[in-house]
Amino acid sequence: MLEQRGRFTASRLAIYAALLLAVLFFALPAWFALMNSLKPLEEIQAGNVLGLPARWTIEPWIAAWSTACTGGPACRGLAHYFINSLLVVVPATVISTMWGCFNGYVLAKWRFRGSDAVLFLLMFGTFLPAALFVFPLSVIFARLGLSDSLVGLVVVHTLYSLPIALFFRNYFVGFPGELIKAARIDGAGLWVIFRRIVLPTAKPILVVVSIMQFTSIWNDFLFALVLAPSDQQLVTVGLNNLTNVQEDVAHHNTYMAAALIAGLPTLLIYIAAGKYFVRGLISGAVKG
Amino acid sequence: MSAGLSISPLDDGRARRLHESAKSTGGRGATRSTPRLERWLPQLVISPAFLVSVLFFYGLMLWVVLVSFTDSEGLIQYGWAGLRQHQRLWADDNWWRALWNLLRYLPIVVGIPMVVGCLLAILLDQKVRFEGSFRTLYLYPLALSWIVSGTVWRWLLSPDTGIEAWLHGMGWESALFDWIVRPDRAIFALSVVAVWHATGFVMAMFIAGLRAVDDTVFKAAMIDGASLPRIYWRIVLPTLRPTVFSAALILLPAALKTFDLVVVLTHGGPGQSSVLPAFYMFDRFFRRDQMGLAAASGSIILMMSIAIAVPYILGELRKQRHA
Repeated sequence: MLEQRGRFTASRLAIYAALLLAVLFFALPAWFALMNSLKPLEEIQAGNVLGLPARWTIEPWIAAWSTACTGGPACRGLAHYFINSLLVVVPATVISTMWGCFNGYVLAKWRFRGSDAVLFLLMFGTFLPAALFVFPLSVIFARLGLSDSLVGLVVVHTLYSLPIALFFRNYFVGFPGELIKAARIDGAGLWVIFRRIVLPTAKPILVVVSIMQFTSIWNDFLFALVLAPSDQQLVTVGLNNLTNVQEDVAHHNTYMAAALIAGLPTLLIYIAAGKYFVRGLISGAVKG
Repeated sequence: MSAGLSISPLDDGRARRLHESAKSTGGRGATRSTPRLERWLPQLVISPAFLVSVLFFYGLMLWVVLVSFTDSEGLIQYGWAGLRQHQRLWADDNWWRALWNLLRYLPIVVGIPMVVGCLLAILLDQKVRFEGSFRTLYLYPLALSWIVSGTVWRWLLSPDTGIEAWLHGMGWESALFDWIVRPDRAIFALSVVAVWHATGFVMAMFIAGLRAVDDTVFKAAMIDGASLPRIYWRIVLPTLRPTVFSAALILLPAALKTFDLVVVLTHGGPGQSSVLPAFYMFDRFFRRDQMGLAAASGSIILMMSIAIAVPYILGELRKQRHA
């Protein structure tokens, strides 16, 4: 009996040891970035890269936000990149989610000829690398002069997000048909049923998909790199410029603060709504 | 209301609507066309989505394939070049290196997250304390872009300032961790970051799968005297096959698309040693004015995507028809 209990705690210990070991690996970059973003540069140059700061400072954060150089003559930090990203991400998230919701509903509840073909085409879209679309899009953008504003980028993100209709479809397939049938008998059309009956019940999936959309559009680099106007770049591109700028001294503390600023919105969403976040990724990470 | 329509009391609402629409457009023609409009409405509504997806996904894709048969260099031109661009592609050592890198990169970034993710999920399933905190710490990389992850990792991996320098500082003078600057190891430096990024996600999928396994399975096997590892290996893991399958289906295309990570971490270097196909394609198109060649490599990447996608989609559609 005693021996059994001893073995029991030993295996518990092994479990916790393995889990903690994994934490070391996964949390290392976060710890590293956070600590170094709060240190003066001299400490880092003296070799203290993994320990706590001897003197705490938020200077690197201020520099990363408003004064760090990002190539060329510009030394205005990440602030305007950050705002440009918001200008693209918020409308693109709202429009693509609503459109996907509506399309998914129509696909789920109104059987019609060719709906299987639509399904096939949408599913296939989730597998295609964005890099393939960037060439023709860059040519089209140049022809039509779309590279002058961020609107083109919102449109491209919305189109590229078309397959999210599939998540809504799968959700609505499980939605009780009686309610819709009753509403139809009452004379409600497609649109009225959608707005009055379907949309209010779709809140959980709407939250999941909008979180997913926000994250993937915020984190996008490829479309932003090629299709954004050169004077209105987005935050991923800004961060990449900032850390690759040629300087006499590499301001590692500022780079880390900038990386954290660029990752902050999605990290906050993850911390605040982790459950939805995970659910969305599990059901929908095929896209990207 | 015309006499031709028999109206039962149950259909009152429908009758009212028909009545109203008859009033508004006048005459019996409208009463008959309402159901027909109803039948066509979904097609009308979905067709913009349909058209856009056809044009966007398939039109642009076709265009890329088309360009691979032209003599486009710095500009898109439509002079027919036959298979010349494709011949050039397969004669290019850098393309072969990109494929060879992909061949080494794929099994690592699919296999390791799968094994480690599954292991972590099983460990977390043993009613451990602080399970939520552990999960949060394993999973947060997913919220971050490749650019953010790569910015931090590039420093950690660089030998003069990162982990190696720290180990030297701790007194381990011979410590060596310089993959990122070694041509024969740079692809493994990329793999480290990709594994770090994806493992938590696979773990979350396995946790969802494990939670769906019935507790009675464990109890029955325990009574039979089976040990816990044995139960997992023999009984639980085989039931998780769908999870393995869908995780692979997410990891594989993602690995195939790897582009941002190469840009931020190594920029394909040192030299051309850590180039992956998507980066190769981008590099030829935008930086080297070899658009035809880029399109040819794009066609190959497209074919690889099709090879992954089509069997899955056909299976999915068949499943739905049976359901």
